[in-house]
Amino acid sequence: MATNAYVPHAAGYVDNEGVKIVSSRFPYEDSHTLERSLATGGYDGMKKALRMNPAEVAAVVKDAVLLGRGGAGFPAGVKWGFMPPVWPRYLVVNGDESEPGTYKDRLLMENDPHQLIEGCIIACYALGLNTCFLYIRGEMPVAHERVAQALNDAYAAGLVGKNIDGTDVSIDVVLHWGAGAYIVGEETALIESLEGNRGMPRLKPPFFPAAKGLYLKPTIVNNVETLANLPWIISNGADEYKKYGSERSPGTRMLAISGHVKRPGVYEVEQGKVTFRDLFYGENYCQGIKDDNELKMYIPGGGSAPWFFEEQLDIPLEASEVGPAGSMLGSGAIVVMDETTDAVRACLRVVRFFARESCGKCAPCREGTTWEEKVLQRILDGNGRPQDIDLLLEIGANISPGNYPVAAHPDGGLEAVPFPPKQTTICPLGPSSVAPITSAIRRFRGEFEAKIAAASEMSGSAV
Amino acid sequence: MTATENTESETPEVEPGIPFILNGEEVRANEGELLISAAERHGVHIPHFCYHPRMSSVGMCRMCLVEVDSGRGPGLQPACMQPVMPDMKVNTESEPTTKAQDGVLELLLINHPLDCPVCDKGGECPLQDNAYAFGPGESRFVEEKRHYEKPISISELVYLDRERCILCDRCTRFADEVAGDPLIHFIDRGAQTQVNTFPEHEFSSYFSGNTVQICPVGALTAQPYRFAARPWDLAEVESTSMVDPTGARVALHSSQNRMVRIQGVDSDATNWGWLSDKERFIYEATDSPQRLVEPMLRDGRGEQVQTRWNTAIKNTVDALTGASDPRRIGVIGGARLTLESQYAWAKLLKGLGAVDNIDAQIGDGLPADLVMGLPKATIDSACAPGGVVVLLGADPKEELPTLYLRLRHAIQNDGVSLIEMSPRQTAFADSVAARLNPLPGAAGQIAGALADGMVGTSIGGIGSDQLTTAHALLTSDRPVTVIVGRGNLAESADVVVSAVAALKRLVPNARFLSGLRRGNIHGALEMGLTPGYLPGGQELTAKIDGWEMAPQTKGLDTAGILKAAVNGGLDTLVLLGADPLRDFPDAALAEAAFERIGTIVAVDSLMNRSTQRADVILPAAMFGEVDGTFMNLEGRVSPVNAKVTAPGQARPDWMIAAEVAQAAGGDLGFSRLEELQAEISATVPGFKGIDLATAGVAEDGPVISTARAWEPTLTETAPIPPADDYGLRLVVDRKLWDNGTMINASASLGNLVDDAVLTLSPADLDRLGGTSGEEVQMSIAGGSSQGIVAMADARIPAGAAHVPFGVKGVQAQELITAGDPVIEVRVQA
Amino acid sequence: MSRLNEENVALAEEIISRYPRKKSALIPLLHVAQEQEGHVTNAAMEHLAELVGITPAEVLGTASFYEMFKFEPQGKYMVNICTNIACQLLGGEELLHHAEKTLGIRPGGTTEDGMFTLEDVECIAACTEAPCLQVNYRHENRVTIKGFDGLIAQLRAGERPEIPNHGTLGKVRQHIPADRLAGIESPETAGTPEWYSSRTAPAS
Ligand SMILES: Cc1cc2nc3c(=O)[nH]c(=O)nc-3n(C[C@H](O)[C@H](O)[C@H](O)COP(=O)(O)O)c2cc1C
Ligand code: SF4
Ligand code: FES
Repeated sequence: MATNAYVPHAAGYVDNEGVKIVSSRFPYEDSHTLERSLATGGYDGMKKALRMNPAEVAAVVKDAVLLGRGGAGFPAGVKWGFMPPVWPRYLVVNGDESEPGTYKDRLLMENDPHQLIEGCIIACYALGLNTCFLYIRGEMPVAHERVAQALNDAYAAGLVGKNIDGTDVSIDVVLHWGAGAYIVGEETALIESLEGNRGMPRLKPPFFPAAKGLYLKPTIVNNVETLANLPWIISNGADEYKKYGSERSPGTRMLAISGHVKRPGVYEVEQGKVTFRDLFYGENYCQGIKDDNELKMYIPGGGSAPWFFEEQLDIPLEASEVGPAGSMLGSGAIVVMDETTDAVRACLRVVRFFARESCGKCAPCREGTTWEEKVLQRILDGNGRPQDIDLLLEIGANISPGNYPVAAHPDGGLEAVPFPPKQTTICPLGPSSVAPITSAIRRFRGEFEAKIAAASEMSGSAV
Repeated sequence: MTATENTESETPEVEPGIPFILNGEEVRANEGELLISAAERHGVHIPHFCYHPRMSSVGMCRMCLVEVDSGRGPGLQPACMQPVMPDMKVNTESEPTTKAQDGVLELLLINHPLDCPVCDKGGECPLQDNAYAFGPGESRFVEEKRHYEKPISISELVYLDRERCILCDRCTRFADEVAGDPLIHFIDRGAQTQVNTFPEHEFSSYFSGNTVQICPVGALTAQPYRFAARPWDLAEVESTSMVDPTGARVALHSSQNRMVRIQGVDSDATNWGWLSDKERFIYEATDSPQRLVEPMLRDGRGEQVQTRWNTAIKNTVDALTGASDPRRIGVIGGARLTLESQYAWAKLLKGLGAVDNIDAQIGDGLPADLVMGLPKATIDSACAPGGVVVLLGADPKEELPTLYLRLRHAIQNDGVSLIEMSPRQTAFADSVAARLNPLPGAAGQIAGALADGMVGTSIGGIGSDQLTTAHALLTSDRPVTVIVGRGNLAESADVVVSAVAALKRLVPNARFLSGLRRGNIHGALEMGLTPGYLPGGQELTAKIDGWEMAPQTKGLDTAGILKAAVNGGLDTLVLLGADPLRDFPDAALAEAAFERIGTIVAVDSLMNRSTQRADVILPAAMFGEVDGTFMNLEGRVSPVNAKVTAPGQARPDWMIAAEVAQAAGGDLGFSRLEELQAEISATVPGFKGIDLATAGVAEDGPVISTARAWEPTLTETAPIPPADDYGLRLVVDRKLWDNGTMINASASLGNLVDDAVLTLSPADLDRLGGTSGEEVQMSIAGGSSQGIVAMADARIPAGAAHVPFGVKGVQAQELITAGDPVIEVRVQA
Repeated sequence: MSRLNEENVALAEEIISRYPRKKSALIPLLHVAQEQEGHVTNAAMEHLAELVGITPAEVLGTASFYEMFKFEPQGKYMVNICTNIACQLLGGEELLHHAEKTLGIRPGGTTEDGMFTLEDVECIAACTEAPCLQVNYRHENRVTIKGFDGLIAQLRAGERPEIPNHGTLGKVRQHIPADRLAGIESPETAGTPEWYSSRTAPAS
């Protein structure tokens, strides 16, 4: 039942009192219900869109410069334009959220499923297609239940399915759920998975989803948050949207800030308007480092992102600023690590993630990530050898040749290497395992050496 | 003059293809060609493991990474996925390229065991080769390698060692894409990924051996070859498989004068490098205990005992000359022989002895005039994109498996539409465009209805929709190929003939591909081992140089010969590699005939039920032991080569013919193979100008067409008795694994033969009160009933009862009466 | 005998009907199979192979790629402790060690009474609430050692009825009434939606 209670109930979500484009209903306890949605302007954007021409809707989205929120930050409107005039075509919603540190799509699905469904219909309408698959990560049964209920209610209310809102427009949104595999978040793997296969990425080219996606038909894959922006954009228009955020990155982002901060949480933040420093120390945000410790390093955009340090704190949160500085904003996942953190241990943990999640298709990723993990584990366990540090870098170079993106080093005189890395693999998962290694070794080589030296002392070996 | 004509005449000729720069030199690629293959054609080998030219690219191993600049600066691209684009610059030798390749190789090797010295693949392993060529000397990998249970058997024929596997996806892709038997798969994920089967579901594919051949490392090994030889003491020769008329190109491998392996050779025209397991492993028969290695003679006590060649030959001559009339001699077989041996025997029997009761088809064939006289298609033309194929015969997967792979590819990938007119649904069942499975006896009627455009109502259980679709396909302007074979041995060949006549009437431009199944049967017909013809399809009245006489009247076919024997009309029977007691589809007739024949001479390589009854045995050399040529179902001639010497005293069939001729006081006119080949080129019309010694040696062989055209003479088939309510019409066809002499003699293949089961449409089984998997009683008119397990199978049309031929248990040939148009069976639960 | 039961066959058919190609339904169907038995049995995989028209090896190939599918019996409660970076920083690994000690099992193991299976898992999208875990995929946030012991006690005592047995994914399922369905067509036959053609037709 709809209640008007306004309580910051959603675990993880922190209402920072800024502009709310996608989290406006989060504070309501019944934010996931159709009643609450309809009572607060839900489906208005869709109804407005259905009165427009599909091409006009697409034009508004393009004009709004809605950057994809799944990680790569590619403008949705431009991506939509890549679809050749071929039918059938499909929309696939990427709700597989599994990047370490990322925690926003789950909230968007659990707290406001109707906003997402409305976004799906708007996108389908603009793209001229009538089947949308909403792929939800398997480990999120609550999101699954909330979206299923919302879809059932929306179908019953005539807002999805046949003759939407009494028009001739008919669009199905099919709920699909995964079963545990990070790589399936990668769009071509997602498509494979949706075809009932092992989620192994396809090579692009030739399998650019917009041209050859699901069933080798044109397919748009968009992130949950990307689509959740559409109702607001259509309701309020592109110009209004562009009033928020920065010129190159309009609107807001849902950022999950975790780790060693006083008030971790998911914040809706205007893009480009705040810096990492604001986020970590600002009163409206995280309010400082845990126990007032020193900041040691932070991951600015999910486990795949190279690490940042003190020197990068004043960079604004905007893809176009973070990339040249040697990392990425990725999926809006910031993990903060303070002085108590063991760099080798943190590095191993992130590498281990990629080793466990490699799909196994590319030899360099499959073999390289496990090798990296074994060497790091040995170092941590006190069995490291001096040559292991360079070996780690060289294994990394086998997966990702050339200079790996990294933040500038203040005293080593090392320049930043801009994102993205080169790769010998099909998808960026394998190369992502090199990020923590390069970041940690270039910054904290001493910690590695100390562990290795301690090891050789213990064993009495001269080497 | 139009503008186009103008420009055409003035533009200098443009070199075809896409120009690109390969290591600094401008070369050209074909439209759509992948970089890896274009480079290879220009002599630049790009190392690779997962890429295979006959399968889709997956870009998994990453070994083929090369530096490619398409205008936006150089970057690494997998050459196996990269189509050549105009003006792209490729560097396969640059530092980034070699560095990337070295890196990939190092990573591929870290978990690979160092057991090359005991690995079947050691010495011919691309991983090993690349490791020597590119790899770093010493491994920096000091961790524990991945461990799996050492070789596990994934089928009767194939072992898998997962520790050696580099996950190139070749075997699994082959199973899925090429064979259509996705029974092996990647299981688990990441570094734990392994190839495996589903528990208790073996990789039982007719094509499993191909996975062993294409495995780039020693992970997959063939049970028959395991530890049989080391690659470095293997000797190899190219040849043609004689197992079935597809004529797959093969390489024979021997070690110490023993054949130890057969591998597929990639021939564009025929098998594309693939083989069925029968073609691949049948060499095991050559040194089996059943092998006939000495001449034998039946002694006074009725025992077959070893004798001398001279004695055996003399006895053969006596048996032949002892007959009072050439018409009292019968000869069955000849499809196992090379073209040259077939010619020699035809000349001996027809040209010197005026014998015409000669039939290389053993009751399971089609009239020779039809096979030789229909306008021929090639495999390529039948499989060309956009065509229509009518399958009027048996399931090619069972009888012509490598042809099946070609057709499957055409249907799956090239938009070829299949009209299924076989007596039951085939392995193509899921991808047919129109399904017309006529009941036994009804094919002519169905084809007639198509020819007359009477497709508005259903006929004989075949729906009007299917008829209409088929009719539309056949009358569209798409090229039509009809594959004509014998899909049902319990039905007279006339039924097929009348169906062919009707299809020819409907589609005058149709081309035909023979679907006969016995080895070199097309060579046999062409060389005259069939009643009524001299070599080249010439009439008996034709004059051939060096042929002293010719038969006066058209002789008998196998059924006729056997019937004549039963009636006391035969003195001598010669078996040229034939086993009618097991193989002729009327067991009672064959047995009765054998009981009455005076002398049986068997020219054969293996002991079988019929040779056991022979009075004289002349041991013949086998496949792999003889040189010569083969003619496939297209009429394509390709070489057959010896790799080992025949055991004991066995010798080539043509030599045996020459010796018989000489002992009889005649002369075949050749004593060396080259002379024999020259004579064929000189005397057989289609072979004029063809040098058999070189035909097909360096490329796909020439296609020879018989100089005669078939005109339908048969206007009416024997009347088909109406089916009654209780009876079902019998469908009998072959399976790949049967009790054939060669399979029985091959140690690894014999136990692949299934038990006979009776399959019925689910509705029929239900109606009869039977249960799938349980025994029912089956009987034919006038016969006693026997128990057989029945299975419901939706691929059998209602009203038909299917029993496979020549498997274990119930023997289908005991159910058949030769010459009956159809056979009714009764089934009781 | 652990093919899908009758009710689940009907459910499977409904799920299959929502996809343009049957095989696309495979992962949801595997969840249904797992829900029925608590794990995915060979018989169930053979049954699914029949339902979607592929081989059992293909079903296993897909199923074994995904962590959530278990091929052996599991505890009634699957306790998945996240040790990924955000949780590691705030004691996820210590929590895991504690769990190993109290439950007496290693990750992947199941307690003898069949109550608990322990897993150490990757990021479960609750990073700001670290350290966190899931019980049958239901989140528990900011779990302290004491909190963990309390949770286990509650589960043992049956005091967490909202957490279903292992295998149950969502208690609410999508269901599209036939008359509300826009229509799912095979990719071979589907074309441009009529409404789209009419709205993009050049004005005449
Ligand atoms: C290894 C890997 C994992 C990914 N995981 C996700 C994910 O969980 N969710 C997501 O939306 N995008 C993920 N992506 C990005 C998608 O491939 C894709 O770019 C995105 O879904 C597109 O949506 P957008 O344009 O709306 O951002 C991942 C990419 C890679 C390479
Ligand atoms: S890089 Fe790794 S995860 Fe990505 S496709 Fe290759 S093997 Fe799979
Ligand atoms: S051959 Fe190209 S990636 Fe394997």
